[in-house]
Amino acid sequence: MEINGLLMDEKDNVVTCVAKVPAGEQVIYRKGEEVCTLTAEEEIPYCHKIALTDLALGEEVIKYGELIGKTREPVKKGRWVSHNNIYSVPRDYESEMVTV
Amino acid sequence: MQFWGYKRKEGRAGIRNHVLILPACACGSESARIVASQVRGAVNIVFNTGCSDVADNTAMSQKILTGFACNPNVYGVVIIGLGCETVPHMELRKKIRSMTSKPVVSFGIQDEGGTLKTIEKAVRAARDMAAEAAMQQKELCDISELLLGIECGGSDATSGIASNPAVGELSDLLIDLGASTVMSESIEWIGGEHVLAKRAATPEIHNQIIQVCKNYEDHLKAAGQDCRAGQPTPGNKAGGLSTLDEKSLGCIRKGGTRPIVEVVEQAERPAKSGAIVMDTAGYDISSVTSMVAGGCNAVIFTTGRGTPTGNAIVPVLKVTANALTFEKMEDNMDVDLSGIVKGTKTFQEGGRELLTVIGDICNGKMTKAEAYGFSDIAVDHVCRFV
Repeated sequence: MEINGLLMDEKDNVVTCVAKVPAGEQVIYRKGEEVCTLTAEEEIPYCHKIALTDLALGEEVIKYGELIGKTREPVKKGRWVSHNNIYSVPRDYESEMVTV
Repeated sequence: MQFWGYKRKEGRAGIRNHVLILPACACGSESARIVASQVRGAVNIVFNTGCSDVADNTAMSQKILTGFACNPNVYGVVIIGLGCETVPHMELRKKIRSMTSKPVVSFGIQDEGGTLKTIEKAVRAARDMAAEAAMQQKELCDISELLLGIECGGSDATSGIASNPAVGELSDLLIDLGASTVMSESIEWIGGEHVLAKRAATPEIHNQIIQVCKNYEDHLKAAGQDCRAGQPTPGNKAGGLSTLDEKSLGCIRKGGTRPIVEVVEQAERPAKSGAIVMDTAGYDISSVTSMVAGGCNAVIFTTGRGTPTGNAIVPVLKVTANALTFEKMEDNMDVDLSGIVKGTKTFQEGGRELLTVIGDICNGKMTKAEAYGFSDIAVDHVCRFV
């Protein structure tokens, strides 16, 4: 089965589609050795992300195992995650400093 | 690993041997263009500043101009000023001569009596310099003479997934061979700075990396601006990069995994060898400008959406992992890494492939942007680019 999605880290709750996925079609991606599938509830453009789970309002969106933003509105599983429904959270630089 | 390059009395070897026609201010740019077009072996840059500026902008312009002149790919320099620029061409010439022993001459359009008289003198000087440059033989140089600038621009989701990890692998391979690399675009560390800082060789460098990001945000805030308003760019968003954080986490992968040994300001020459990071804008043309001024003798550039950009002094090698972009913009793309996205190639294999290509570029093979003679430049200013 040919994959059309990439999960960058097992902690991620989005998958990046490496082909355009029409509504109703399957996104196929690998999670370790396992091949997983998910139905696209709307068209996901090339290079864009699909939600792996239901995301509540203000929920953290994780890619590369790291926070990439929070949702502006609830995003259902299988929906398109983009700049239209997530936003960047300001950093807390002071907490990232280490003792010299 | 070795390459055939041009040894210099100071610093690293050149992989090109250009005569640089350098305007001291915007008013010298057109004459510089005409002079370079008359002399084979000469290149020019178009400079849009150098006058009517605040002190910090003047300081940045001077750093770029002197840095370009000292770049190892430059054999000699012909400066063209107007005469009333903020830093007169004679002073710029003096400053460059204090930094390098390469030949440097300068002319002022007002003193010479207008454009044509200046061009005549400058063409003669450039012609003689190019004739001398042509006599310089290439010598075998160790790869440690390479300072590779690492850039990304017109990014989409394939950049962070495939082309940036491949270039990161290239950076690791080069550093293990003794070469040095510079990763810039500090605004595109924001959101991934905590990940990047883990590569710091010392706790001081860890904190410097965090501080650079904090300063960038504070600096723009002080001017009433928000970095997240310009980043990601509309092109990035269309390419599936939804937030600055997502873009950054993909961007920083192009720097590889080796310990970061130094953090330098933009256009500053690194003192150390190894993996270096530079505080520059994410605006690719400005970032490349700063890395070339900082002494990089080659630049590798990953892109998702495709870009034609090139630099007059340094070859810019364009790589993409977006199959559609490689197909559509074959005229501007040098290397196709789309196999990584398709799963037919690992990013490590991509990195090894790039090492061979970089070897060829060092030995003289022209990149596409170089063959077209592209000469993009953007000088960062007080209200920084993002």
